[in-house]
Amino acid sequence: MINKFVASPEAALADLPNGATVMIHGFGNAGMPSALIDALIAQGARDLTIVNNNAGNADSGLAALIAAKRVRKILCSFPRQSDSWHFDKAYRAGEIELELVPQGTLAERIRAAGAGIGAFFTPTAYGTRLAEGKETRRIGERDYVLEYPIHADYALIKADRADRWGNLTYRKSARNFGPIMAMAAKTTVVQVRETVELGELDPEHIVTPGIFVQRIVKH
Amino acid sequence: MKKLDRKQIAARLARDIPEGAYVNLGIGLPTLVADFLPKGREIILHSENGILGLGPKPAPGEEDEDVMNAGKEPATLLTGGAYFHHADSFGMIRGRHLDFAVLGAFQVSVTGDLANWHTGGADDIPAVGGAMDLAVGAKKVLVMMEHLTKKGESKIVERCTYPLTGARCVDRIYTDLAVIDVKADGLHVVDMVEGLDFQELQRLTGVPLKRLASAA
Repeated sequence: MINKFVASPEAALADLPNGATVMIHGFGNAGMPSALIDALIAQGARDLTIVNNNAGNADSGLAALIAAKRVRKILCSFPRQSDSWHFDKAYRAGEIELELVPQGTLAERIRAAGAGIGAFFTPTAYGTRLAEGKETRRIGERDYVLEYPIHADYALIKADRADRWGNLTYRKSARNFGPIMAMAAKTTVVQVRETVELGELDPEHIVTPGIFVQRIVKH
Repeated sequence: MKKLDRKQIAARLARDIPEGAYVNLGIGLPTLVADFLPKGREIILHSENGILGLGPKPAPGEEDEDVMNAGKEPATLLTGGAYFHHADSFGMIRGRHLDFAVLGAFQVSVTGDLANWHTGGADDIPAVGGAMDLAVGAKKVLVMMEHLTKKGESKIVERCTYPLTGARCVDRIYTDLAVIDVKADGLHVVDMVEGLDFQELQRLTGVPLKRLASAA
């Protein structure tokens, strides 16, 4: 019997090693898997590469992981915010490496990883400093920049409901990066509001099919 | 001359958004446009985080943490609106499905280059978000900004000195002084504020402007 339910966030992340690449879902608080991030902080893995749209807000979640000096590198589109003080401090101290990626390129690089795409040409950032040193090509009437997928060892996601096969639904704009991060990681760990019996999720409404999910924690 | 304030620039721009348009309003100044879209037109707002049919701010106490705009402020969904994931959201942008993106700017060049994401200062932590995707992706890119810097220098320039967001991507500029189209043969003045004449606008702007017959 397939059963992807795991007893606790701690148990779900016990094997996450030092140096892992970890995608963290969420746009602001919408979709942020706070119980899983707290468990990751308690777990102790270090030298992490983090993929998120931002670089932490205020003092909890990703910001706390950065404050604990556990993040070696971050890939994101919008690190600087009014309350990103932990990132700002680590960045100015040279303790964290930043790879700044335009938001749509970030999403597409994640999607490409999950979809088995080797690389892709995007018009975004052509002619800007974020494309410096990158291969470009003129295709038809437009200029494009070559971009590569972002693969992850783990994805930490918050969804709304899950069954034991790992089928997921999300809630409103908290869907944001969840479906593509679930596809891009070797081990996808999901924090859900509610677990349900097989068959309770309408197959027409399942957003992430269980094939992309390895572990589920109700929190 | 009567300079427009920020709300008046937003209102002037909003008048030009037609019925049925799909529009992304960038964070900051452009979000003001939402308040001035003509009543009676169905205009669908897109938000990068995965919303079509973005509605107004919720009433106090009605906020839902899972519904926010791209600036991470509480928002609502209009009847008929939809949620989708980030790759689809930026597919809409890059795939030329949005009719308009409205963006703020530090500078716009005579050829429509846009600089709006980074001052280039060595001590500045850069953040780009979806600006570069919107600049290349929307069918029309409308810029909304003050005409002059605080020091009185024109923000419409021969060449941008700030790092570019996109090259040759701006279609029209709305400022507190004028509305200006960016065309292959240069900048065309569409509209000026009351009491401003073309010579004075030309003097303040510094780069060559062309005068449309209809502009007074």
